[in-house]
Amino acid sequence: MSSKPTLTFSIMDGPFEQARITTVMRLIDIAARRGYNINVFAYEGAVYLPFAKQAKHANAVHGHDVDQEDHPLSKDWIAALMKTAQANGGKLDWVNCGLCVDERGAQDSIEGCRRGSPADLWNSASASTNTLVVGTR
Amino acid sequence: MAKYLFIQTRDPYESRQVDQDYELAAGLAGAGNEVTMFLVQNGVLPTRRGAQAPGLQQLIHTGVQVLCDEFSLRERGIATNALPVGVQATALDVVVDQLAEGRKAIWL
Repeated sequence: MSSKPTLTFSIMDGPFEQARITTVMRLIDIAARRGYNINVFAYEGAVYLPFAKQAKHANAVHGHDVDQEDHPLSKDWIAALMKTAQANGGKLDWVNCGLCVDERGAQDSIEGCRRGSPADLWNSASASTNTLVVGTR
Repeated sequence: MAKYLFIQTRDPYESRQVDQDYELAAGLAGAGNEVTMFLVQNGVLPTRRGAQAPGLQQLIHTGVQVLCDEFSLRERGIATNALPVGVQATALDVVVDQLAEGRKAIWL
């Protein structure tokens, strides 16, 4: 194993619902800025986090148009995290559970994400400095 | 001696499980292990002034390092200069530090 830490995160929450995802994204951001290698295994609802068809929307209650509302999208966060990791000499390898994708029709992910299986989680965890499993409730 | 990192996202008013989490951390520390309880999201709520959180108070006195996420505190309007004695506000970076050193980590 190289001296640079490799961290694996396993997540299962979908976007726009839980603070857990925000916290995990913050953790990944810190690791990416340090140039760590990062593996993410997304399963269940988390496969929608990099879903390419997410779209910003206006908010009539706020009186905002699309630009003013500037609604955050998890697919954009993930793309930015991939760039940050790469810019700092690391890598963010995002794996979506294939069965979870098929169940949900979530095949259309942003570039840089790949399809996998729980075996990828096992392989990542086996080769990582540490693995954090973030379960849902 | 093992090293443990507990990432506590819930408060004891939401779930009775949280007090059991505190007890588990205290038990590991009492057995000679090095334990950090990192409070984040609603996990920071029992640190606010006037909160009734006997489980957290007991935890503080067991040798467990109790840390609070500064961002979560700010989100909830909890002043960092009014935290209980024995609780320290810090950046989330500490969690990445401890993950990178290979601590046994559990998300609660």
